[in-house]
Amino acid sequence: MKTPTRRQFLKTTSLVAGAAALGSALPFSAARAAGLTIGFIYVGPKDDYGYNQAHAEGAAAVKAMEGVTVVEEENVAETVDVQKSMESMINFDGASLLFPTSFGYFDPHILALAPKYPDVRFEHCGGLWSADKHPKNTGSYFGYIGMGQFLNGIAAGHATKSKKIGFVAAKPIPQVLLNINSFLLGARTVDPSITCQVIFTGEWSLAVKEAEATNALADQGVDVVTCHVDGPKVVMETAAGRGMYLCGYHANQSPLAPDKYLTGAEWNWANVYTGMVKTVQSGGTIPNFVRGGLAEGFIKMSPLGPAVSDAARKQFTETHDAIMKGNYAVINGPMKDNKGNVIATAGQSFVETDVALESMDYLVDGVIGSTS
Amino acid sequence: MSADITAETPAKGTSLQLGHILRRAEPIIISLIAMLAGLALFGLFLLAVGKSPITFYELVYKAGFGSAFSWQNTLSRAAPLLLSALCVALPARLGLVVIGGEGAIVLGGVAAGAAGMYLPGLPGAIGIAAMMIAAAIAGGAWIGAVGAMRHYRGVNETISSLLMAYIAIALMNHLVEGPLRDPASLNKPSTAPIEAAYRIGEMPFLGTHWGLGLGVLACIACWVLIDRTSWGFAARIAGGNTRAAEVQGLPVGRLVIGFTALGGALAGLAGMMEVAAVHGSANASLAAGYGYTGILIAFLARHNPLAIIPVALLLAGFEASSGLVQRRLDLPDATVLVLQGFVFITILLSETAYGRFKLFRPDEWRRK
Repeated sequence: MKTPTRRQFLKTTSLVAGAAALGSALPFSAARAAGLTIGFIYVGPKDDYGYNQAHAEGAAAVKAMEGVTVVEEENVAETVDVQKSMESMINFDGASLLFPTSFGYFDPHILALAPKYPDVRFEHCGGLWSADKHPKNTGSYFGYIGMGQFLNGIAAGHATKSKKIGFVAAKPIPQVLLNINSFLLGARTVDPSITCQVIFTGEWSLAVKEAEATNALADQGVDVVTCHVDGPKVVMETAAGRGMYLCGYHANQSPLAPDKYLTGAEWNWANVYTGMVKTVQSGGTIPNFVRGGLAEGFIKMSPLGPAVSDAARKQFTETHDAIMKGNYAVINGPMKDNKGNVIATAGQSFVETDVALESMDYLVDGVIGSTS
Repeated sequence: MSADITAETPAKGTSLQLGHILRRAEPIIISLIAMLAGLALFGLFLLAVGKSPITFYELVYKAGFGSAFSWQNTLSRAAPLLLSALCVALPARLGLVVIGGEGAIVLGGVAAGAAGMYLPGLPGAIGIAAMMIAAAIAGGAWIGAVGAMRHYRGVNETISSLLMAYIAIALMNHLVEGPLRDPASLNKPSTAPIEAAYRIGEMPFLGTHWGLGLGVLACIACWVLIDRTSWGFAARIAGGNTRAAEVQGLPVGRLVIGFTALGGALAGLAGMMEVAAVHGSANASLAAGYGYTGILIAFLARHNPLAIIPVALLLAGFEASSGLVQRRLDLPDATVLVLQGFVFITILLSETAYGRFKLFRPDEWRRK
């Protein structure tokens, strides 16, 4: 065993002293650090190249701000565990702003705690906050990331030679269906004969099935793939190994396969979280229902990779600029789903902000797959 | 599995009582020493990664047992573990290693959710009873089937119960995303919320739901069943030597299926409590790994239902401290799993220590 360095010694003794100081405090009068203490809770590992990493990158940006203390916990299940993690952050760390980031944390867990801690603000990612149902100290935020998948689709439409693109998806829920449909519709702006094969794995994080699904897509001749699972790493690495082009999701996965990576739809939580924290620091209140897209800086695109052609680059940039102007619609009538039902009549459009898109239950014509 | 049926040699007065106490104390003392050894080894591990074990254990104490909130945290986490550990401990008395309690938990939860959904408008107590019965039947049938396959077809129960847990989770996903799905549950497919009258509340003063009370009662009842009834005695005989038990005319088949089904029914109740007291509906959050932590607890408790209570509290306390350890020491969340692993291994290794210390074998004292 090596002798502890001075730094380690200081760290250890200060922790012991800190723990002792906290131990003497009553549980409900936790020692408050100067300024604002903010808690982030993730359902998976912070370095999953995906959903949780995107949030953790946002938390890291908040950590760098003045006058805030950030506490984090990863791999917290959507059970009584998350309730206790939140309470622990409130009681032991004095957290007054919480970001429990997984969709499943809201109902019933945040809803169970919010009335007990009226001075704590609970900000939840993905939910549909409504004034008549939910406590005032809770709020929901989300981004129009379907637009990012639409841009992914444009890059994919130019890259595909087999005219078959693929999507590895977790569950057939509205947020996922919107991404699948947007991906195909983006590709169809390049060539209307393109089809998109979707495979649902059934779980948010199930590496073996994600690899199997990716291989199955490759076997069927699919040559560009994207996904919507918690951690896209397995899909990206498997697809690159099979020589397919990749469109990323959640975070930037280009380090996994720089030559094959076209672009990716990424969350920009750093911008969103620092904005919310600034609002709280200046004495303001975060609105209870927050949404935003590319223009508002809620999402961003990975830099275009070397495999993106000039024609693709041109169309990508033009569409990107058009989306930045706002009110962009991916679903424009007349349009049918892949069972032949009309989903939009002639002249009918669903712009990105349309709340109807958040309860989507169909796959558009051209997507090969089923929602049930 | 050693069936503890050695006849006591006659002795006199105080030495008989002392001998009795010492024999009883053997598993407790050996397990405690093994656990302390595990904690000490984990301390070395922490030193190796440059963290202070003293701070670590202080944080574990503080977050798991140091205050009223810590106890609430620990007790809430222990509630489902008591029942899921029994699903391992009961079949273990017959020499069966059943590790698929997770399947019974999720199916129990789904059955409870479905019962709540399809039987609305009943008085609260009856609705809750219906959910409990549905959950117990679902869980009992699932693990009982493992026992039946073992007895009639010789299928290895360890493998089949594990594989059936995967099937159960797939079945749960199918049901809550398909036939039983509440259309209003958009991004988190769930069964329809059960009505308020069917919800189970908190126990007085403890800040945790009644699943804990049910778990403690079940542990005591199972201890009585195993240690104080002829059924339990027959099960221990069959666990010691199946052939001998059959020759003696014991109903081994009924014992195997009965004990596995009972274990499954209890795990099913754990799922029902998650639905009725925590989630309010059945969904994929039911597969939270309680069934697997239950395996650890049952083995640490040496399949003694009474010992499951303190062991479950201890492991729940470890898990309750996981968050604070992450936040204060900047250690990954797997740290507490490593700690559990160390304790698990030292306690399993301590099996070899049984019978080696004359202290615990009073009948051998004077033979020397």
